[in-house]
Amino acid sequence: MSLTVLNAIIAVVIAIGFAALNAAYLVWAERRGAGRIQRRPGPNVNGPFGLLQPLADGCKLMTKQLVIPGGADKALFMVAPVLAMAPAIMSFVTIPFSNVVVAKSMDVGVLMIFAFASLGGMSILFAGWGSRNKYGVMASVRAVSQAISYEVPMLITVITIVMMTGSMNLHDLAVAQSGGFWHWNVIPSLSSPLMPVSFLIFFICSLAETNRAPFDLGEAESELVAGFHTEYGSMGFGLFFMGEYANIVIGASLITILFLGGWGCPFGLFPSVFWFLLKIYILIATFIWIRWTFPRTTIYGLLNLSWKILIPISLFNLLLTAGLLKVF
Amino acid sequence: MSAPIDIQPGETFTLNVGPQHPATHGVLRVKLEMDGEYIVHAETVLGYIHRMHELMGENRTYPQVLPNLSRLDYLGALGYTHGHVLAVERACGIEVPERAEYIRAITVELNRVASHLFWFGAFVMDLGGFTPLMYAIQDREYILDMLERVTGSRLTYCYYRFGGLYNDIDDEFIPAAKAFIPRMRESLKKYDALVTGNIILQKRLKDIGPLSKDICKRYGATGPVARGSGIDYDVRKNEPYSVYPEFDFDIPVYHECDSFARYKVRMDEMEQSLRIIEQGLEKLPDGPIMPKKKPKLIKPPVGDYYQAVETARGNFGIRIVSDGGKNAYRFKLRSPTYSNMHLFDEACEGMLIMDALALMGSLDLVIPEIDR
Repeated sequence: MSLTVLNAIIAVVIAIGFAALNAAYLVWAERRGAGRIQRRPGPNVNGPFGLLQPLADGCKLMTKQLVIPGGADKALFMVAPVLAMAPAIMSFVTIPFSNVVVAKSMDVGVLMIFAFASLGGMSILFAGWGSRNKYGVMASVRAVSQAISYEVPMLITVITIVMMTGSMNLHDLAVAQSGGFWHWNVIPSLSSPLMPVSFLIFFICSLAETNRAPFDLGEAESELVAGFHTEYGSMGFGLFFMGEYANIVIGASLITILFLGGWGCPFGLFPSVFWFLLKIYILIATFIWIRWTFPRTTIYGLLNLSWKILIPISLFNLLLTAGLLKVF
Repeated sequence: MSAPIDIQPGETFTLNVGPQHPATHGVLRVKLEMDGEYIVHAETVLGYIHRMHELMGENRTYPQVLPNLSRLDYLGALGYTHGHVLAVERACGIEVPERAEYIRAITVELNRVASHLFWFGAFVMDLGGFTPLMYAIQDREYILDMLERVTGSRLTYCYYRFGGLYNDIDDEFIPAAKAFIPRMRESLKKYDALVTGNIILQKRLKDIGPLSKDICKRYGATGPVARGSGIDYDVRKNEPYSVYPEFDFDIPVYHECDSFARYKVRMDEMEQSLRIIEQGLEKLPDGPIMPKKKPKLIKPPVGDYYQAVETARGNFGIRIVSDGGKNAYRFKLRSPTYSNMHLFDEACEGMLIMDALALMGSLDLVIPEIDR
C-alpha cells in the first residue's frame, strides 16, 4: 500500500516537473518563435539566447501582489487558476512517453484525459464569473460554448480510432501503430480511408480546445481586453499561463499518440522517448506558427465551423469506418 | 447575423469600451448597451484629450500655431500642416516656388503611405493577427528615416513654412525615396499574400459593417471611409490644390460598402501614393525652396479663408477668419476623423461586438485628431 502511494507521489512530482518545465520553456519558445516570425530578436537579454527569461518572468510574477477585485467572488476567484493548472498536470500521469516511460498506464487513459480537459472549461467559467468583470463574463461564456462544441467532434474522432484499435489505453493505442510510418493512424488504410481528414479535425479541435489562435476567443485582447483573466495578476495569471501551455503539450501528445504512432520511429527503428518528444515539439512549433500568422475568427464562425462542418464530417467518418471495419 | 428581436427592459447591460481599451487606439470611450454579444445602442464619448487647438490658433500668431497642427494627427502630420500653410498662403497671397510644392507633395504622400501602413498593422491587430503590424512598422520605419533626414523629426513634423520649406531635400533623400518605391511595392504584394487573401480575414470583413452611401453623406464622412462606400470624392481630384493636377493617379473607389472595401481602398491608395512620389521625383524642378518676396510678418488681410486638403484620413478643412491682425480672429478646423467616427453610433447597432470593433478599426480613428 505505502509503495503504491509513494509511486503515485513520485509520478505526480515528475508530472508537475515536466509540466512546469515545459510551460516555462514553451513561453520562451513561443516568444522567440514569434520574434523570428516578426523579424525581431525576441527575448535575448537574460542568459544565452534569453534562456533565463522564464526564470525572470517567474520571479516577477511570484513577487507581485495578488489583487482581488472588490466585489469578486473570492472563493471562485482563487480556485480558478488552480483548476486551470491541476487537471493539465494530472493528465500527464497517463501519457506514455515510450514503451516504459509512463507514470500510470490506465485502461481508460483516453477518457481520463478528456474528463480532465473538460475541467479546464470550468476554470475559465469560474475565473470570468468570479472576477466580476463584464469582459470576463463575456469571454468565459464564449470559451465555454467553444469548449462544448469542440469536444464533440474531437471525441467522435477518438471513438473512430478506439474502434479501430479496440482499446482505450493510450499505451495500446500507440503500440497498435508500431512499425514504420505506414502503420500510423494518419495514413489512410482500407478500413479507414478518411483518416487524414480526421487528423485535420482533431488538430483544429486541439487548437480550439487549448484556446489558441485563431480560436483564442476567450482572451481576444482586441475586444475583451484580456478575456477571462482580465482581473488576474501575479501568480494567478501565471497559473493560467502555465495551464495553457501544459494543455498545449497534452494536445500535442494526444495527437502524437492517436495519429502519429506515439514513440515509434517513422522507419520502424529504435522506438524511444526521443521520437515522441520530437513529434510533440514539431506539433507545438506548428501551433506557434499558426498563432502568429492568422487573425482571429469570430465566435459564430467558430461555432458554425464545429456544428456545421466538423461534426457532420467526423460522424460520417465514424459510420464509414464502422462499416468498413465490418467488411475488411 | 441579426440581433434578437425583442429585448425586455432590464435585460441589457452597459459595457464601457474605453477610455482605456486596446481596441479604441487612444482615449476614446464608447458606451455600449449590450444584449449579450449584440450591441443595442452605442454612444461615443469624446473629450478626454481635448487641448483646445482652435482656441490656441486664435491667441497665437500664424507661425506659432504651425507646430500645433502636426499634433492633431500624429500618424499623418504633414497633411495637416500642409493645409495650414496653404490656407495662410492663400490669405496672404504668397507665391510658392514650384520645387517647394513638389517636395511638399512628395513628403505628404510618403507620410500618407506611412499612415496607411500603420493603420494596416493596427487594423489586422484588431482582428487578432499580430504579425502584420511588425512588418508594416518596419516598412514605415524607412519612411520615418527618410523624413527625419529632411524634416528633423519623425512624428510631429513642422517642415513647411509659409511660402516654402524649412529645408531642401538632399542628395541622400532622392535615391533613398527612389529605392523605397520598388521595395514598398514588393511589400504590398507580400501583404496581399499574407493578409488580404486570408480566408479568416475575408470572412470577418466581407459584408460586415456596412456603411451605406446615405449614412456617409449624412455624417459627412470623407476619405477612404466614403470611398469604400462608393462615393468618388477626393480633394486632390475634386478641388485640386498644390501640384496635384500635374500628377497622373487614380482614386480607388469600391462600391461594396463593407469593411473589406475600406480595407481595399487604403491598400490601393498606398500604390497610388507611390505613383505620385515616383512622378514627383522625376519631375522635381530645380530652384529655390523659399520665395524671394515674403512678408516679414504674416498678417492676412481682413477676410474669410478656407482651404481643404486630402489627408490620410479624409477631407481636412481649415478656416481662417482674419481681422487683419497677427492672430486669427477665428480658427476653425474640420477634421475628417471627427465626422467619420460619429457614424459609428448608428452603424454598429445590432452588430456583434467583434464585428463592431472591426468596423471601428476600418474607420481608422486617430483620437487626438477628433479631440482637437
